[in-house]
Amino acid sequence: MSKIKMPVEKSHIMMFARSIGDANPKYYEEKDENVIAPPTFIQSSAQFDPDYFLRPKIGGDNWFGSGKEATGMKSSGSGSGGGGAAMGLHAEQHYEYHKPLKVGDVITAEVKPGKSWEKESKRAGKLKFSESVTEYRNQDGELIITATSVGVVTEKPVEN
Amino acid sequence: MLKKNEIKVGDTYSEKLVEDLKRTQIVQYAGASGDYNPLHSDDKFTKEIAGYPGVFAHGMLSMGMTGKMLTNFVGDGTLKKYGVRFTNQVWPGDSLESTATIIDIKEEDGETLAEIAIETKNQDGATVITGSATAKVG
Repeated sequence: MSKIKMPVEKSHIMMFARSIGDANPKYYEEKDENVIAPPTFIQSSAQFDPDYFLRPKIGGDNWFGSGKEATGMKSSGSGSGGGGAAMGLHAEQHYEYHKPLKVGDVITAEVKPGKSWEKESKRAGKLKFSESVTEYRNQDGELIITATSVGVVTEKPVEN
Repeated sequence: MLKKNEIKVGDTYSEKLVEDLKRTQIVQYAGASGDYNPLHSDDKFTKEIAGYPGVFAHGMLSMGMTGKMLTNFVGDGTLKKYGVRFTNQVWPGDSLESTATIIDIKEEDGETLAEIAIETKNQDGATVITGSATAKVG
């Protein structure tokens, strides 16, 4: 069970819509009840996951991005995205929409592990895929979105 | 919303998603989505640690931009499913164009649904996203 508790906010939808370059006026409405969210907006629930590993933590000193050195990682952690040749990438993302998200909703997320499999690739060596399924529910317990994410850890960087 | 009597299998819709993608837009997406993976904003880390030629866009930024084309085509609030595979990385400077193709129109539980195939390509014709969607039809 993840600890995500996401209040759906108008200004967050506006910032998200700007970032994907979408000028649809429905994402910028003044009245809360007129605002709708872009189809991939729920991805920003990461903002409300206290343990999200791709956000530097306040006061944390083990962020793996660069500072003086190319990585700030003091120990070679094993988490995906943790640097070195084994690098986590996003392979697939699927959404099933059950009910619309509304401003004022408070969304909780339940993550369930899915399948995992391996594949050989010419461009990136051995690929380890793993799937997770997240059910997003509103404050009334109604299922809003089911999201299936597939991550891949590559043996070496993808050749381009 | 798409109208049943105005669409047929094989219909397509295309849209330019971005022209000369800027690093700043990638940073903007990181801030809005909360995904601060250094691969998308930290050139030093991405070159020296990850071994890529430089920062690249979040797959979810490409999916989000492709979603703009999709909702412009099928209408707001009509999507029942939307899914993609990320087949190539998207780099700063890339220009993307995305196409939706209606591959089936069907009745299900009293609703008319359009099944849509999606492909987003870069300026060199390389496919960066393949996907599919299901949308309600009026």
